Amino acid sequence: MEVKELIGKVYRVSGPLVVAEGLKARMYDVCRVGDEGLMGEVVGLVGDKALIQVYEDTSGIKPGDRIENTGMPLSVELGPGLLKSIYDGVQRPLPALKDASGDFIGRGIDAPALDRDAKWDFRPVVKKGDKVNGGDILGSVQETEFIEHKILVPPNVSGVISEIYEGGFTVDDTIAVLEDGTELKLSHKWPVRIPRPYQEKLPPNIPLITGQRILDALFPVAKGGTAAIPGPFGSGKTVTQHQLAKWSDTHVVVYIGCGERGNEMTEVLEEFPELEDPRTGKPLMERTVLIANTSNMPVAAREASVYTGITIAEYFRDMGYDVSIMADSTSRWAEAMREISGRLEEMPGEEGYPAYLASRLAEFYERAGRVRTLNGNIGSVTVVGAVSPPGGDFSEPVTQNTLRIVKVFWALDAKLAARRHFPAINWLQSYSLYADTLAEWFNENIAPDWSELRKWAMTVLQEEANLQEIVQLVGSDALPESQRLLLEVARLIREVFLQQYAYHPVDTYCDLKKQYDILKSIKDVNDLFYRALESGKLVEEIIGVEGVDEFARAKFEEDYRSAIENAIKKIKQNLGVE
Amino acid sequence: MKEYKTITQVAGPLVFVEKTEPVGYGELVTITLPDGSTRRGQVLDTSMDTVVVQVFEGTRGIDTSSTVRFTGDIIRLNVSYDMLGRILSGSGDPIDGGPKIVPEERREIIGAAINPYAREYPREFIQTGISAIDGMNTLVRGQKLPIFSGSGLPHNDIALQVARQAKVRGEGEEFAVVFAAMGITHEEAHQFMKDFERTGALERAVVFLNLANDPAIERLLTPRMALTAAEFLAYEYDLHVLVILTDMTNYCEALREISAAREEVPGRRGYPGYMYTDLATIYERAGRIRGRKGTITQMPILTMPGDDITHPIPDLTGYITEGQIVLSRELHAKGIYPPINVLPSLSRLMKEGIGEGRTRDDHVQWNDQMYAAYAEGVDLRGLVAIVGEEALSERDRRYLRFADEFERRFIQQGRYEDRDIETTLGIGWELLSMLPEAELTKIERKYIEKYHPAYRKKAE
Repeated sequence: MEVKELIGKVYRVSGPLVVAEGLKARMYDVCRVGDEGLMGEVVGLVGDKALIQVYEDTSGIKPGDRIENTGMPLSVELGPGLLKSIYDGVQRPLPALKDASGDFIGRGIDAPALDRDAKWDFRPVVKKGDKVNGGDILGSVQETEFIEHKILVPPNVSGVISEIYEGGFTVDDTIAVLEDGTELKLSHKWPVRIPRPYQEKLPPNIPLITGQRILDALFPVAKGGTAAIPGPFGSGKTVTQHQLAKWSDTHVVVYIGCGERGNEMTEVLEEFPELEDPRTGKPLMERTVLIANTSNMPVAAREASVYTGITIAEYFRDMGYDVSIMADSTSRWAEAMREISGRLEEMPGEEGYPAYLASRLAEFYERAGRVRTLNGNIGSVTVVGAVSPPGGDFSEPVTQNTLRIVKVFWALDAKLAARRHFPAINWLQSYSLYADTLAEWFNENIAPDWSELRKWAMTVLQEEANLQEIVQLVGSDALPESQRLLLEVARLIREVFLQQYAYHPVDTYCDLKKQYDILKSIKDVNDLFYRALESGKLVEEIIGVEGVDEFARAKFEEDYRSAIENAIKKIKQNLGVE
Repeated sequence: MKEYKTITQVAGPLVFVEKTEPVGYGELVTITLPDGSTRRGQVLDTSMDTVVVQVFEGTRGIDTSSTVRFTGDIIRLNVSYDMLGRILSGSGDPIDGGPKIVPEERREIIGAAINPYAREYPREFIQTGISAIDGMNTLVRGQKLPIFSGSGLPHNDIALQVARQAKVRGEGEEFAVVFAAMGITHEEAHQFMKDFERTGALERAVVFLNLANDPAIERLLTPRMALTAAEFLAYEYDLHVLVILTDMTNYCEALREISAAREEVPGRRGYPGYMYTDLATIYERAGRIRGRKGTITQMPILTMPGDDITHPIPDLTGYITEGQIVLSRELHAKGIYPPINVLPSLSRLMKEGIGEGRTRDDHVQWNDQMYAAYAEGVDLRGLVAIVGEEALSERDRRYLRFADEFERRFIQQGRYEDRDIETTLGIGWELLSMLPEAELTKIERKYIEKYHPAYRKKAE
């Protein structure tokens, strides 16, 4: 038998798939292909040949070209400097790529993920002679004003500290030495396809607060939970994802633009440094890691991008932070899998997707969770995945397989988007399996009647949907008075509470107290309406009553509370009820 | 450079060649037929044993005695400023009887991806003079905004009107049009050429023509050639380039043909699973780059098979482009030109391109109100069909009238009517004044007082 080396030859090239000959390779080893050293990953072994998916354009690669196996799986570099970064799907910083190859992305460029020259002020919390295990905190550096970057012992390392240093170091400098001679640095590497270990998973019973009324109040997601946003194009997936990335109350946000539009990533890049985090008053970028693999960038790197993103998220989780990760869109990721599977000539499953689609999706979402970390802290990773179903048809495989896993479903609706009802989340189709577990938290922390109000609003909306079917047939005039009033109240819930303007400076973010106040005041108006009806007012008079328009606009005011009070006062006067 | 006479198999547009020296993926190939004519192709799959070549100009006449030559280079286009005013074939050769293009540069036609970090967000309003676009679905420089049409609808007229009238106001900057036709008929091509010549637009245009009877596989090259020319003009000569690609449906058919010939696992409706990625490498070449003056704006046109917007071609396009202009057969049947149905239409980039300092301060809220009112009116039509107009309330009847007038006065305009944005907004205000003022809930008081006809009259 032929002796195999870490250096082999190209046997065949077909698009992003390269077949290597005479190469010693294990599954998921990273290889360098051709003179330019294009990066690729082993995705299959057949006889003496290795199948490699290449992360860059393979034009010009020919049989006989050299392939080198690095012997390492695809890994990310974890350490200070991650925040504020913008990477491609395999963690190459885009600004460095621009410096190296100009405005267009060239081939075979290698750029270190973390800044090699930056010095970080390291303060140890362990001392010589301490025993440390994987995941333990050695000390910390202040990465941004509000994020203290804990320096962790790599999860697979343990031992007794023989040396520990303090002061300014780069990510390559040694900051501690173990008795067995292992040198620990500010950064370490971790393979992206292997979840980082933790002690145990904890029940998700704290809500992720997004400042979006329909999400927080009607369909909340828990910290450490999973949510999916499926919707046809133009229904507002990306805007919703951006809103979540902006306003979620997590310490760190990882945003993955997976196979999406270049201009949208640019929008994030231009906007985030300008926007303030509502909790710290600092630019949002200071807590954000962006991963941008736009639709025209190589497909294999797109497949890797979600793993890169979630591994970075897990790393911050291990420091004890709450992290949220937005993947826009997981359909593009699934399509990348399909494309590569097709090139590998695998037997296709439903709609050409590989048969392992469901298990890959499940594996990905299972990396979410609220956990007790190896060092005993509590951290969480919340995953929100956008899904782009072809033709807006939710019965397609990616949507269906995702729904089997995630606990929260925010269904975007093209019809709502067409009437400019945003966020275009359909309140009848969406659901949250956390609603009951989180009700307790809301009742305790915001208002004791929170869950009661939520139930009331949901009932009115459901009732409205039933009545609409009749209205479609006979017109609203044929309904009894109390039902016509209900339609008006439902309209208020929809237009005042559910509609929220992402681009309005005040309305873009709505804290929980304000959410409660608005919903509660709609309930108050509802009660006034019914009292007026009982006292003999005509339904036309009630619906057209002056003050309602003012009430509807109150949410746009900085001082919304007095605006609401004034409007309600007006409504009371005009209706003649208390 | 070696030549081979080792063709073992010809299948549809593919030629299989054996026992070659190592050949690079994507390499340009020329095949010389026994009669001396040549065809061009590209390497799709290369291995130690067999090389698969897709032939752009069709495989008719190729036999096993044909000679295959691998050029060692990938496909490039000769680009030059003098391309303006020229008509080229779908694979980039002059067909207007003029001289060869003396290249300033030979560019790879597979453009590298723009680094998202190098992009600049598009926010400059382009006035097309068409109300349904300017008012409701505003186009901005660097955007890719396709027209979703159906067979028999006047999408070509709209594209021509946009090409004729598009301008950024208050700027005398240089612009150019790059027009790429894929599989369109002689008649359609003639219409475009005649209009270009008549209006003098041809001098500022580069035209790539792949007609219906040209080889289908050549269509895979045409849009890439066109965009390569556009990038050269935009980034080397600081021109603002509008690229019109028609008809992308024919392009996708060619893609499917190649995929079927290679016996690949088909995706939806037989289109290859990588069609999204492939389309993205075309559409994503629109945009603006920080520090460069020129821009590329794309207006691809596609005909939706069976008017079905969920068909893979419009569907995948819609997921890549920044919105879409949807044409409606119903409006066309009513005699309304341009038959743009604004409800499913969308421009994702308009929010930054409109408002104070770009179009006018009231534009954003005006737009919301116009949408809401028209959507309501259209909904009521469904109700009228069941219960009759008499059963409607006075308020509902006004909305119904609004929808009719909206189509007749706002959407409808002449093929040569160039409305500026103030005219467009003004017509909208007149229509809105048909509704009770209390219904204008999406517009702030100050704009109502400033622009509502009732107040303007009072002021006069």
